[in-house]
Amino acid sequence: METDTAHPTTGPPDHHHSEITLRVNGKPHTLTVDHRSVLLDVLREDLDLTGAKKGCDHGQCGACTVLVDGRRANSCLLPAVALDGGDITTVEGLGGDGEELHPLQRAFLDRDAFQCGYCTPGQICSAIGALAEAAAGHPSHVTDPGAPAGPPVALDRAEIRERLSGNLCRCGAYPNIVEAVEDVIP
Amino acid sequence: MSDTDTALGAPAERREGREKVTGTARYAAEHTVPGRVHAWPVTAAIACGAVRAIDTTEALRSAGVITVLTHENAPRLADADDPTLAVLQNSRVPHRGWPIALVVAETLEAARAGAAAVRVEYEAQDHDVTLTDSHPGAYVPEEANGGYPGHRERGAPEGAFASAAVRVDAAYRVPPLHNHPMEPHAATAQWDGHRLVVHDSSQGATAVRATLAALFRLPEDQVTVVAEHVGGGFGSKGTARPHVVLAAMAARRTGRPVTVVLPRRFLPALVGHRAPTLHRVRLGADEQGSLTALLHEVTTHTSRIKEFVEQAAVPARVMYASPHSRTTHRVVPLDVPSPSWMRAPGEAPGMFALESAMDELAVALGTDPVELRIANEPDTEPDSGKPFSSRHLVECLREGARRFGWAHRDPHPGPHSSGPLLVGSGVAAAVYPVLIQPSTATARALPNGNFTVRVNATDIGTGARTVLAQVAADALGVPLDRVRTEIGNSDLPSASLAGGSSGTASWGWAVHEACTRLRAGLAEHTGQLPEPGLTASADTAGTADADSDYARHAFGAHFAEVAVDTVTGEVRVRRLLGVYAAGHILNSRTARSQFIGGMTMGLGMALTEGSTMDAAFGDFTESDLAAYHVPVHADVPAVEAHWIDEDDPHLNPMGSKGIGEIGIVGTAAAIGNAVHHATGVRYRELPLTPDRVLTGLPSFMAR
Ligand code: FES
Ligand code: FES
Repeated sequence: METDTAHPTTGPPDHHHSEITLRVNGKPHTLTVDHRSVLLDVLREDLDLTGAKKGCDHGQCGACTVLVDGRRANSCLLPAVALDGGDITTVEGLGGDGEELHPLQRAFLDRDAFQCGYCTPGQICSAIGALAEAAAGHPSHVTDPGAPAGPPVALDRAEIRERLSGNLCRCGAYPNIVEAVEDVIP
Repeated sequence: MSDTDTALGAPAERREGREKVTGTARYAAEHTVPGRVHAWPVTAAIACGAVRAIDTTEALRSAGVITVLTHENAPRLADADDPTLAVLQNSRVPHRGWPIALVVAETLEAARAGAAAVRVEYEAQDHDVTLTDSHPGAYVPEEANGGYPGHRERGAPEGAFASAAVRVDAAYRVPPLHNHPMEPHAATAQWDGHRLVVHDSSQGATAVRATLAALFRLPEDQVTVVAEHVGGGFGSKGTARPHVVLAAMAARRTGRPVTVVLPRRFLPALVGHRAPTLHRVRLGADEQGSLTALLHEVTTHTSRIKEFVEQAAVPARVMYASPHSRTTHRVVPLDVPSPSWMRAPGEAPGMFALESAMDELAVALGTDPVELRIANEPDTEPDSGKPFSSRHLVECLREGARRFGWAHRDPHPGPHSSGPLLVGSGVAAAVYPVLIQPSTATARALPNGNFTVRVNATDIGTGARTVLAQVAADALGVPLDRVRTEIGNSDLPSASLAGGSSGTASWGWAVHEACTRLRAGLAEHTGQLPEPGLTASADTAGTADADSDYARHAFGAHFAEVAVDTVTGEVRVRRLLGVYAAGHILNSRTARSQFIGGMTMGLGMALTEGSTMDAAFGDFTESDLAAYHVPVHADVPAVEAHWIDEDDPHLNPMGSKGIGEIGIVGTAAAIGNAVHHATGVRYRELPLTPDRVLTGLPSFMAR
């Protein structure tokens, strides 16, 4: 297990700091975190994983979306100290070893599903989370209310748009993002 | 080399795409140099007055805080050309949200807590932040943004309008709008002795270098500004903004690398906004629908420290033939944040007003709005009398009408119902000028057969690296994969900013020229190239910016279909289609994305985006992304962009016009016109939010 001490104020646990262990992209890290720190800042500042972006710091844009225990979450809203033992996947951890891309990352390239790229890691993580939710039968606002609960929800364009609406893209790559997500629907 | 011929225009994939989808592309705040610390600004809580006292004791006692800069102790800057950059230099507060302190601390958390602990006493004065048509402070500026004359008049517009057979006299309002690129403005600054190195989220590192060099009294070669990946800008990162100055000051004071990221809520007051515009448009026509009078008068605001005049009456000088015309700007200095560029400054709000008025005229005449526009095509640019270098607006309208299925549209305005919804469609034209700025570039042929092109272009999402490689490959006559482009660093050959839809034309011209020279040099060379290869350079000063005898603009046509819910007042766009004539399109993949992106921002302008100056507090009420609604996935259905290839020899060696902004121009008008077609109601104030739409519907009025 690796201990990160890179952070200048990371010292021993005290009133304002606690030691936690996070598994990030498969690798365990033991960190002493400021109780005020959110997961996003721990990833970006302490672990140098800057793939998750900070667009608003307020849960309003989705740029910071990562997977926490397999579910998508706005990491700017999660106090890191409450995540002890958590399993985090960021955009850096989606591909296989080496050069391999996650199929959705490949689809984003094929569809030109971004311009500036700042919302992109969040879009990709969010879409992966959304696909899993649909597969698990979670309905959305646009799911037919008469559909039986339980079986996977088929994702048409309206479903994809609805489920990704927490991820803003000011460059307006939305139509291309939807196409990219469609490409990887099993 | 068959792919050589297709390098220009081909849908080449973005060169930095892999970094962006894997999260390894580093933006300005993500350069984690050892010892790097964070700074958090404190901003003014009054709209007008001065800081009387600022108490930093508690902040300095707070754990992790290194220092607090205020106007009392901050490094003195040389005079800035841009008054918005003279931060922490004196106690004056010109508007709410103006930086009055900067807390530097070991961590983000500590900097933020330190900022909250700074105590400020103000000497507040009465403020005025409310723009009205009849404001006594209004004046006609000599120039509007872009160097356009503030006022132009031809013939006798008042008389011609008064005697016109058919008249439209309408007032439109576009609220303040915010750029809100997804990456907030950020900079990481580091001093190495007297050398300053900055990673900045900027649209043009060459200009930021010049600004920082001037402010900190350094020769330019002692400043390096890097803008490798930039998370959007839309005008708000066009020139240096206060964050980069603050970062450089804090780094100098502390001797540590410092990152400043503006919190999202600080953006509206600190990085510029699209100023509100109050429009009066008067159109007079004869019975056949030929315009006889065109008057577009705009009133807007600026701040007390800087005159920035949104050039919203300028497109009316370009669009339609009319023997009598007046286009005027009036501006009122108020205690508001300084406005600045936002995607298609002038054209975006101006064409909302003009193209809505054209729709009103079509209704008044009982003419099809596509045909009305075609009937008023000018032979030469109306204001200047210059011939157009190329103008294919009519073709855009016809092609768009065909693709959209316009022929099936009920020519009469609504209400047209389809179940509980009212459905309608609308059209509007678009225009954006061809702007080109001088740049420099070098091209090098390497002994291994590869080529390196260097130019300080910036990729804010346009795909500059990619398209410049295409320009180079085309000029060199080599396959695309043999060319590498280096951009985004002020140590590279100087180049203009990514703004005014001028980037590709400006940088591409220099790249094209350097590559053409290199190709000629290579043709003369025999045998193996020596290390380090053969280099050619180009500087387009004097050529790229030479005055043209032609009026040069891109044109386009937007078509929209909307559904209006009569119960909630909600407007949903069902389809949006744009057809553009913008010279040769140099990369069909990234061009399409830019067009669609512009249209999406136009959709936001039409339906959801609007900011309010709070009269009591002098603050933008909608200052974050929860209150200022940019379009989300669910708002954006089928959006299509098409283009007509133009052969225009009067542009640049690539024959291209800019494409980054025209997509937003006219989109809001097309949607507004569709809402009129759907409901029979003319809404003249943006955005078309449910409250506004519902309360205007006859069914609501009848209640
Ligand atoms: S940064 Fe977390 S939602 Fe915007
Ligand atoms: S790609 Fe720029 S914000 Fe989405």
